[in-house]
Amino acid sequence: MARPLVNVPAKVKRGQAFEIKTLISHIMETGFRYTTTGERIPRDIITFFSCSYNGEEIFRADLYPAISANPFFTFFTTATESGTLEFKWTGDNGFAETATAKITVE
Amino acid sequence: MKRFHALMCAVVLAAVAGPAGSADIPLDQRRSGYADLGRDTKAMQDDDTSNPASLGVQDGEALWSQKAGTAGKACAECHGDAAASMKGVAARYPAFSPARKGPIDLEQRINLCRTENQKAEPLAFESRELLALTAYIGRQSRGMPIVQSDARLTSAIDAGRKLFTQRIGQISLSCAQCHDDNWGKQLASSLVPQGHPTGYPIYRLEWQSLGSLQRRLRNCMIGMRAEPYAYGAPESVELELYLMWRARGLTVETPGVRP
Repeated sequence: MARPLVNVPAKVKRGQAFEIKTLISHIMETGFRYTTTGERIPRDIITFFSCSYNGEEIFRADLYPAISANPFFTFFTTATESGTLEFKWTGDNGFAETATAKITVE
Repeated sequence: MKRFHALMCAVVLAAVAGPAGSADIPLDQRRSGYADLGRDTKAMQDDDTSNPASLGVQDGEALWSQKAGTAGKACAECHGDAAASMKGVAARYPAFSPARKGPIDLEQRINLCRTENQKAEPLAFESRELLALTAYIGRQSRGMPIVQSDARLTSAIDAGRKLFTQRIGQISLSCAQCHDDNWGKQLASSLVPQGHPTGYPIYRLEWQSLGSLQRRLRNCMIGMRAEPYAYGAPESVELELYLMWRARGLTVETPGVRP
């Protein structure tokens, strides 16, 4: 499976808002669909996403079956010191994925 | 819903097209489906980190250097850096295969390489791996003009044109009646595009996944209540070839996003 795509600026100005974009590969099977033989396709979705900056949580989302495949999150934050952004996705069937990105504050 | 669309299409076209024959779209009036996308979808395609097809390209990049088959060879061992060796390749496919004495598309070319050089099982059409490799190779031609100028393919292009202009299915419509004669008009809530395959394999929002041109063609045929050609069938490849010839000069956008 593909690694999650994370897009953050390498350098940001202190206190200025900047955009973070993440994209992850996942089928997001709703659990509401049936096969042609009438069997229910079990739910397989990402249920949780969080982003922390130097260990402090700055963004969190719970995901539900109505969210389309390959969830894309974009949000803004500000930084006061250089550090590492940590992204975490968890979901059904023990799905767990992480990614990190470094940011330099000028 | 599809049936309703198709039926609407028949009604609309009976009214507008009448018995008039199809004429090719003048070269300077041709445009990619990208031009008709909404602002959001355009933004999605333009930014590699928001384009979900990038995930496929990334997968393809990993597969490129992964050994496969009993020969234990990776694509990269013969072809090296795809950014150099695969530049422009997708822009000129389907291409003539001397072995098959006819056109083969990029997916078939990848599978030929697998069976002959890597001694591996061919990848299934629409499998994640095949789409990923095709997207990765296609990505290397982004921004380049589509070229179809091989004289050996003239008869296959003609065969493709014949398929394109032939009425098919219970609805009895040809590709040309929508995409040559009535592009730019509405089909229910959707715009009828000219149908240039500039961004394949595309991430289609309706599919929520990557898909090939052949999958897209099958969609249209099912809408016409025709029996679609099998994946890899000569007719499918001739249609692909004709569409690429028809789109010659337009820019490759792979991997594209479409609604």
